[in-house]
Amino acid sequence: MAANVTAPPFRVIPIIPAILPGAMEGLKPFVASDKIQEALGFPGELVEDWHDRAIAKMGELLTKYRSLKVYLDACVHCGACSDKCHYFLGTRDPKNMPVARQDLMRSVYRRYFTLPGKFFPKLVGARNLTREVLDEWYSYFHQCSECRRCSVFCPYGIDTAEITMAAREILDSVGYGQKYSNEIIGKVHKIGNNLGLPGPALEDTLAGLEEDVKEASGSDVRFPLDVKGAQVLLITPSADFFAEPHIDSLIGYAKVFHAAGISWTLSSMASEAGNFGLFIGNYEQMRKVALRIRQAALELGVKRIVVGECGHAWRVAYSFWNTLTGIGDGASDPFALQLQRQLDHRYRQPSHICELTWDLIERKAITLDPDANDHLVVTFHDSCNVARGSRMGEMPGGQFEIPRAIIRASANHYVEMQDATTREKTFCCGGGGGLLTDDLMDLRVKGALPRMEALKEVVDRDGVNFMATICAICKTQFSKVMPYYGYNMRMVGGVHQLVSNAIRLGD
Amino acid sequence: MAGILFAVLFYAAALILAGGLGFRIRDYLRTPAPLRIPTTPAPTTGGGVVLRMAREVIFFESLFKGSLWTWAFGWLFHASLAFVLMRHLRYFTQPVWFWVDAVQAFGVYAGLAMVMGLCGLWARRFLVDRVRYISTLSDHLMLALLILIAVSGLSMKFLDHADVIGVKAFFLGLMQLDPQPLPMNPLLYLHLSLVAALMIIFPFSKLLHAPGVFFSPSRNQPDNPREHRHIAPWAEKLESEA
Repeated sequence: MAANVTAPPFRVIPIIPAILPGAMEGLKPFVASDKIQEALGFPGELVEDWHDRAIAKMGELLTKYRSLKVYLDACVHCGACSDKCHYFLGTRDPKNMPVARQDLMRSVYRRYFTLPGKFFPKLVGARNLTREVLDEWYSYFHQCSECRRCSVFCPYGIDTAEITMAAREILDSVGYGQKYSNEIIGKVHKIGNNLGLPGPALEDTLAGLEEDVKEASGSDVRFPLDVKGAQVLLITPSADFFAEPHIDSLIGYAKVFHAAGISWTLSSMASEAGNFGLFIGNYEQMRKVALRIRQAALELGVKRIVVGECGHAWRVAYSFWNTLTGIGDGASDPFALQLQRQLDHRYRQPSHICELTWDLIERKAITLDPDANDHLVVTFHDSCNVARGSRMGEMPGGQFEIPRAIIRASANHYVEMQDATTREKTFCCGGGGGLLTDDLMDLRVKGALPRMEALKEVVDRDGVNFMATICAICKTQFSKVMPYYGYNMRMVGGVHQLVSNAIRLGD
Repeated sequence: MAGILFAVLFYAAALILAGGLGFRIRDYLRTPAPLRIPTTPAPTTGGGVVLRMAREVIFFESLFKGSLWTWAFGWLFHASLAFVLMRHLRYFTQPVWFWVDAVQAFGVYAGLAMVMGLCGLWARRFLVDRVRYISTLSDHLMLALLILIAVSGLSMKFLDHADVIGVKAFFLGLMQLDPQPLPMNPLLYLHLSLVAALMIIFPFSKLLHAPGVFFSPSRNQPDNPREHRHIAPWAEKLESEA
């Protein structure tokens, strides 16, 4: 644990805290080096004419994204969002209220792009884009995890994530990028995953896993890599290959495929489900990362593409892959057409691993023994991008019901956390949106407060000792910050970790 | 003389309102939404989206989830405003439509309720520290303008009756491009000037939330990205480049 970071105290009654102006002022994640920036085609350092370029970029984005334009115009400062952000609740800094965060950009938009802002800046709160404002952008647009919770409560559906993404895109375009996210995107382009794990290392890891599972279960569960002609291509966050507790879910997926007799493979070229292009709001980067997956699917000749437990990856896969690369239905470029012919359209493309597992459970193609998890009292943390930016199954809200149904089939003791903190109202873990970096530890610990309070309630009342989730970032974040709140880091884990414990392998 | 001045003012205000809104809406229509970003769970069909939008526009569904006080005052204000506007249609129709006749009595109560709603909304800007922090001068002035419009209007009902026959003749004349004299009444002049000011400010201010809500991608998109490909023209160009 970092020495100078402490968890804020639990609120006795969770009332909305009073604002504390300046609480997080000046917080600044590491700035990307010129090497990192230039690898993505961004200027290496803050350019001389950053002011003009930033305003020009803003003008360009206003013509490309209706969301940005409408959201900058429509806000009436009603304040419905003001107490909804986990970073505000945890830090009390008023600039972490969604509306105030948006206003950091709205004030500049008004000054340069609207008549009242041009003529009466004071009246409408418009201001020039100064170096101080730019630094403020860098600071507070890296205190937003793009979780969309505010958009649930806004009467106009204003999504602060869209504004944060635009701000980061502008910052990148003037050479003021964030090290953590941009370095990771560079690694994906170069090596194929966020961790920079090369093919041979991946092969070793998977071979080791096969031995471990054989030892523990006695079954020959396979972890295939680059197998041409497999039915399923599994795209999973690279943390699943080595991080705890992620790896236990990877074992769970493998056991599901094994028990159901589905041939599957991982890809060394597309060994990453995560797509940090989303976090920096850059369409081209997001598309480039997604294209690796299309290429891998074409080369391996698979019939289905399935995505592992990762929140923002599922949002990108479910909501954007079809747009970006034609995975899904209705695309028209030659590669997409080839892929459409190749994929088996009796299945949803892409599918979430939870959709696949639940379908097998329903068809009784796999058997689960929930008694195997009797030592656990389980609760479920909805991950923000799954909850508010995607779906599973046929019905709206399937993204809430399907993971819960799998948990109930895998464990006998399950309880819900408070309604105001689950499903579409779920709180971000505090580490999403490109903030899962040690230089933001203070923010991450404070941002976890609302979730920790809801967890404490069910721990004290129901003896909950396991919080399941389906996101690699949530898993990493919680295992890192929970000790600050006095909880064991092993309390968090994947839904397929429970499946892994409960599944009958039948051989 | 006042008749001519107000005629010019209202023609200008109407032009600015219609032109400004038209320009803005055309702008929203022309700007693509390159990605599917409905806030989920979201309806999967167009019909479902219409229902979601209707709940949002008529009942302020999201605001209800977000803040009960703001919802109560905000909804009271908007619903009352709708009745007040309906009541005012009698100045523009001859013969008066039967349903406009029917809402006349409600319109007066709605005027009072509207002031209550506005005062509640304004009180929040002083009493709640978070809302106080985000309020700009224009937020306060906008509420002051609306309250003054309502109070000056109600004063003509309860304190100093305006010559409503004359007012109606004036507006019917305006609509037929045949300006008529406007009855002399200071409250009426104040009321009409403020309304014209509101019309002029509308397309340049946060009042754009009214058309904006219909164009909000997080609310107006169906959740069907796996079944239907959604692509913006500028994004499609990237495909031929690669």
